[in-house]
Amino acid sequence: MTEYHFTTPISEEDARKLKVGDVVYVSGEHVYTARDEAHQRALEMFEKGEKPPVDFEGSVVYHVGPVAWQKDGKWKIVSAGPTTSIRMELFEDEFLRKYKARIIIGKGGMAEKTLDALKQVGAVYCSFTGGCGALAAKGLKEVRAYEWQDLGMPEALWVITAEKFGPLLVTMDSHGSSLHDEMDEKVASRKAEVYSIIGIKE
Amino acid sequence: MKDPSQVIHDTAYRLLKESTAKLPKDVEDAIKKAYDRETESTAKTQMEAILTNIEIASTGIPMCQDTGIISFYTKVGERFPFLGEIRDALLKATRKATEQTPLRPNAVNPIVGGNSGDNTGRFIPWINWEVVPGDSLEITVFPKGGGSENVSIVGMLKPGVGLTGVKKLVVDNAMSYMGKACSPNIIGVGIGGGIDIAIKIAKQQLLRPLEDRHPEPEVAQIEEELMKAINATGIGPMGLGGKTTVLGVKVDYAMRHPASLPVGVAVQCWAARRSTAVISSNLDVTYVTHPSEVA
Repeated sequence: MTEYHFTTPISEEDARKLKVGDVVYVSGEHVYTARDEAHQRALEMFEKGEKPPVDFEGSVVYHVGPVAWQKDGKWKIVSAGPTTSIRMELFEDEFLRKYKARIIIGKGGMAEKTLDALKQVGAVYCSFTGGCGALAAKGLKEVRAYEWQDLGMPEALWVITAEKFGPLLVTMDSHGSSLHDEMDEKVASRKAEVYSIIGIKE
Repeated sequence: MKDPSQVIHDTAYRLLKESTAKLPKDVEDAIKKAYDRETESTAKTQMEAILTNIEIASTGIPMCQDTGIISFYTKVGERFPFLGEIRDALLKATRKATEQTPLRPNAVNPIVGGNSGDNTGRFIPWINWEVVPGDSLEITVFPKGGGSENVSIVGMLKPGVGLTGVKKLVVDNAMSYMGKACSPNIIGVGIGGGIDIAIKIAKQQLLRPLEDRHPEPEVAQIEEELMKAINATGIGPMGLGGKTTVLGVKVDYAMRHPASLPVGVAVQCWAARRSTAVISSNLDVTYVTHPSEVA
């Protein structure tokens, strides 16, 4: 396990250094929130040849629907833990190929299509501890813009300056490894032992 | 003379605010113990993040951005004099807490779409009413996130599968959602009754303190067995591996129909937020889970 501190935009070379089990802290201006609807909109814009309001290349895309409030005319993130990433499996591979984000953050992991795209593009998927909204907000220092407001607070595209945002645990890397797949296998291998505790013989 | 409506409102508002910022002591203690127990670096990192998060949130910030669909559990004394004031006071407290805590607006219309923006709407906040002996009112606020709610289930089992079948349902469910419900989890199980009764009982188990054991030894044994079995899966914190998959399993039951064996399984994330207060008939308030006010 190695600890990395990256400043955005992140290069393909840096992203490819990361391996499952590494811990990353991110700083910089290319940190964006995106859930189902923001992914969908970004892809639609690409199809139409339109430019999204931010440059996703080298960026960090965070699966989150934050709680935010406006104080003295300025938006501030109050609490922002990750949402379940597997919902974005529908869009992420295409999104990665088209926009070349380097770090996707969420919880619960993603599946085969995303893993393949990470490999091809040179990007990683990181898990941020679920439920840790207050801790995440601490690293999401400043809201620079609140785009696509018509999607509503959770689904909008929040444009953020991060400062030591983490710890982000690399759980899917660009070398084809996925801690989530490993865990599925590990738990399956323990099934007989688990069943024996509740009196079931397989 | 205090205004009863105002007292209920202010109490519920404080409960909402506190429940989102600070865990009850039993849950926080169990999380600390889990951190000490873990040895693998991944599990340790996850538990450390949770503990840091708890500390930051204790200054009055929602620990998790998902503050749930708001529901209250009330125990209304049959001689509590202000019954008619309760519903409206809870509704207004929800609106105020949404704006000032803040809570995430989570009330979405499933038919025509759209978010009400203030956590209220048809049937929401949901109020569970229980009439009990006495003249006081107990209110518990229970903000529960969507992630753990999405993996809660009801199984209508064949009675022939017996208690082994009941346990298998709970364990298989845990091995299917892995870490998606933000483990370490607390699992509530309701056995018997009908489909609604089983899940109702299951969810009510999540209100029990973690150190609590069911008074009937046969039920307490099921609780222990399930906890041991689920922790043996190695799913661990956030499903990334480790010793602690559940902090507790709580079971209760109702008599069942001869042809039915309903089993409700209510899953709770580590952010097991609940906050309780008791309002006496002369409107004195005792805060049970959060005795000192959060900043």
